[in-house]
Amino acid sequence: MILDSKIPAGSLAEKWTKHKFNMKLVNPANKRKYEVIVVGTGLAGASAAASLAELGYNVKAFCFQDSPRRAHSIAAQGGINAAKNYQNDGDSVFRLFYDTIKGGDYRSREANVYRLAEVSVSIIDQCVAQGVPFAREYGGLLANRSFGGAQVSRTFYARGQTGQQLLLGAYSALSRQVANGKVKLYPRTEMMDLVTVEGKARGIVTRNLITGAIESHSAHAVLLCTGGYGNVFFLSTNAMGSNVTAAWRAHKKGAFFANPCYTQIHPTCIPVSGDHQSKLTLMSESLRNDGRVWVPKTIELAQKLRKREILPRDIKDEDRDYYLERRYPSFGNLVPRDVASRNAKYVCDEGRGVNETGEAVFLDFRDAISRDGEDLISAKYGNLFDMYQQITGENPYQTPMKIYPAVHYTMGGLWVDYHLMTSVPGLYALGEANFSDHGANRLGASALMQGLADGYFVIPYTIGNYLAGMPYDKLPVDHEAFRSAEKAVKDKIQKLLGIKGKKTIDDFHKRLGKIMWEYCGMARNAEGLQKAIGLIQELKKEFWKDVKVLGDNEELNLSLEKAHRVADFIELGELMVRDALHRNESCGGHFRDEYQTEEGEALRDDENFAYVAAWEHKGNDVPEELNKEILEFENVKLTQRSYK
Amino acid sequence: MNLTLKVWRQKNNADKGSFNNYTLTGISEDMSFLEMLDVLNEELSEKNEDPVHFDHDCREGICGMCSLYINGKPHGPQQTTTCQLHMRSFKDGDTIVIEPWRASAFPVVKDLVVDRGAFDRIIQAGGYVSVNTGGVPDANEIPIPKRIADEAFDAATCIGCGACVAACKNASAMLFTSAKISQLAMLPQGQVERKERAEQMVAQMDAEGFGACTNTGACSAECPKGISLTNIARMNREYFSAVASSENV
Ligand SMILES: Cc1cc2nc3c(=O)[nH]c(=O)nc-3n(C[C@H](O)[C@H](O)[C@H](O)COP(=O)(O)OP(=O)(O)OC[C@H]3O[C@@H](n4cnc5c(N)ncnc54)[C@H](O)[C@@H]3O)c2cc1C
Ligand code: SF4
Ligand code: FES
Repeated sequence: MILDSKIPAGSLAEKWTKHKFNMKLVNPANKRKYEVIVVGTGLAGASAAASLAELGYNVKAFCFQDSPRRAHSIAAQGGINAAKNYQNDGDSVFRLFYDTIKGGDYRSREANVYRLAEVSVSIIDQCVAQGVPFAREYGGLLANRSFGGAQVSRTFYARGQTGQQLLLGAYSALSRQVANGKVKLYPRTEMMDLVTVEGKARGIVTRNLITGAIESHSAHAVLLCTGGYGNVFFLSTNAMGSNVTAAWRAHKKGAFFANPCYTQIHPTCIPVSGDHQSKLTLMSESLRNDGRVWVPKTIELAQKLRKREILPRDIKDEDRDYYLERRYPSFGNLVPRDVASRNAKYVCDEGRGVNETGEAVFLDFRDAISRDGEDLISAKYGNLFDMYQQITGENPYQTPMKIYPAVHYTMGGLWVDYHLMTSVPGLYALGEANFSDHGANRLGASALMQGLADGYFVIPYTIGNYLAGMPYDKLPVDHEAFRSAEKAVKDKIQKLLGIKGKKTIDDFHKRLGKIMWEYCGMARNAEGLQKAIGLIQELKKEFWKDVKVLGDNEELNLSLEKAHRVADFIELGELMVRDALHRNESCGGHFRDEYQTEEGEALRDDENFAYVAAWEHKGNDVPEELNKEILEFENVKLTQRSYK
Repeated sequence: MNLTLKVWRQKNNADKGSFNNYTLTGISEDMSFLEMLDVLNEELSEKNEDPVHFDHDCREGICGMCSLYINGKPHGPQQTTTCQLHMRSFKDGDTIVIEPWRASAFPVVKDLVVDRGAFDRIIQAGGYVSVNTGGVPDANEIPIPKRIADEAFDAATCIGCGACVAACKNASAMLFTSAKISQLAMLPQGQVERKERAEQMVAQMDAEGFGACTNTGACSAECPKGISLTNIARMNREYFSAVASSENV
């Protein structure tokens, strides 16, 4: 099937403006007759819920944490992009659009990306009006920094806590609407299934995480703003609770899942320290503005480092290999993430890794500190340096940080059209949960931008176009569709609790993570991927025979919560591997060993793979069906990405 | 290292609860405190015992979800969050006592998990600037002196964890509430609603059953984000000048 992305006609720069005019509107007095469910209260969900409530819609907002303020967006450190051109350094909407398309290795939709760049400027205005304390210059105007994949300075930031400040801004707008009675909040509530009637999304079934109650919620439209699925790898920089359950269950109810194999491996994370590791900590990419990445030139020196016979400072400059600066003289340490990650892997594979496990490279601030002084570096990155020291016990002002790539972000997600609607009418996906804007690789500081663009400035317009055609009556929650969905959820819970097997849930999750990291991680090949499919299928069988889920449904039960999530991750894992296997090219975060240039860069196949792969669920244990959305490029020329 | 844990177990809010003792062996000093509890929970699961329930999510010290009163201190011996506390802060043979936040406004849900919904309701009472999406001025239209922006930022870094309440013998929520009031009082965007905000947020704080402030400073000393006591002073000024000039008196 060829998918219709509903991209409006007209020139790139006019599409969104014209489209806003052409879409149907809901009269202000009628908005209160519609109810919208927003699952997730991260940047995408909180901004959408608040903005829709301000317009007059009735909103129910759900999250699994104890408060909407704790959504994983809170952890974003580095910043948010916007084409403000406050620095007068040549930025523009078109340049942000261009950088994003190129950074995504030409696997995203031009029209969406252009709209993203266009609304980016309003996001900053909105956040400042809410009282978000962005970094400022002495003259009182907003400060910017530069980020990977761009040669202009367009990233707005709030020290190393940009995500926190933006989320608290959106949370405050949400809280105001809760106070106004327009949003009803459901914290510690997990979406367990999507309810559809005649193919349209009509509500959800949830589990109250404290009482175990299974409940139905009816609405005219459902928005999934449930974040990314990086935790399929077990170890990632995502929060512990981040999961794919809501999206996956919607997928099984008809929403296509697009480009699941596009995973972003972030180059600057604190390396794994042992088997007990529960998550990985990101060191913001902004550090690459001032830190220099290197390993020793020789394996011998690296071995001495690993055995702690010498210290990093004992290695003379001429014995250091600043490999990013050497290989990419024009972007240097600021090459995009996929390029930086892969190069770290290469030098470690060569045996030049610098920690005990051999899987780490240096990120060194020595030169920046001697150039700018410790005070200035501390003002920029103080909290990151403190965090690093807290975790590793080493002081990065005195000795270089050790970093290694880790799973960080998932570009894939539910397929959506230009309206952010999935293939299920009335079901929308926003933020990291959709696949829309980042192609095969996301540029730094663009996820926050996308989440807020979707929530503040896109969905408030596009949802009206759908709701205008909907009757006011809501489906009653005792409708057969809700009843049967509730029963299916309860049965699944009883099944999980009834297995009473021998292996813990984490045991399965860790094994899945190892398979995914080894065969579907930074570099992939057909043979490994084939093997992974078999391994995951076996793991799935074993899970349903031998997993141990303790306790009951009618209580706070962390094992049961996790069991659901891991069961869904296992199924998703198989789809990711199949997607990676079918894509016989390398692009962005998807690197296939078989497809590389002589210099070891990703080799795209535009003739055969310039499409979005949107997978359709056909039933349990039946292979998913591939649908294609052909990507048309009218405004940029597809070139081999080069950051040399 | 080998440890003895004395952990508060409570089945649900209605249950009375009590301490249980556990011993752990072979804990590495590179583990985080929560990873140490993960090890305990894996062992309990293997023995078919209900794992110890505790709140956590980001494990990066920023979401404010983790709590735990460790050896008589919220978030343990260091001024950081529990998830950022590492086992190198303890030594072989230690006994570690782990309790939930204790405050009547934070009822226990299960084991070490408490309900901090009161904090959300304080924010709902006025912790925002009433602007709708769209139609706002350009971000650079109002310059804000860097010093003020930085100070507002310092107040805005509160993660809503509740350690300040747990640390206070009166279970006062002054530090949390004052951080938000201060942030918005300092910024030009927050001026219009300055008075109502202070009045309403303080009223909500009282309604939730948090105690009074007797200036012991325990909150700020234990706050993982180092939120300063000057915020409380500023909130008091805001509140009293609001009340003094309020039409509602
Ligand atoms: C450590 C880190 C640093 C980052 N730094 C940056 C940065 O500097 N710049 C940048 O642009 N991006 C950054 N990113 C990426 C960015 O933070 C995320 O992509 C983005 O915040 C995702 O926002 P979201 O609203 O889509 O989802 P999230 O913030 O993840 O929110 C998901 C929401 O869904 C809810 N939810 C999930 N499943 C369910 C369910 N089944 N039922 C009910 N509720 C559910 C959760 O409770 C939560 O409220 C970073 C990411 C990480 C991990
Ligand atoms: S003031 Fe400090 S201790 Fe209190 S909630 Fe905020 S961060 Fe936690
Ligand atoms: S788990 Fe997020 S602050 Fe500790």
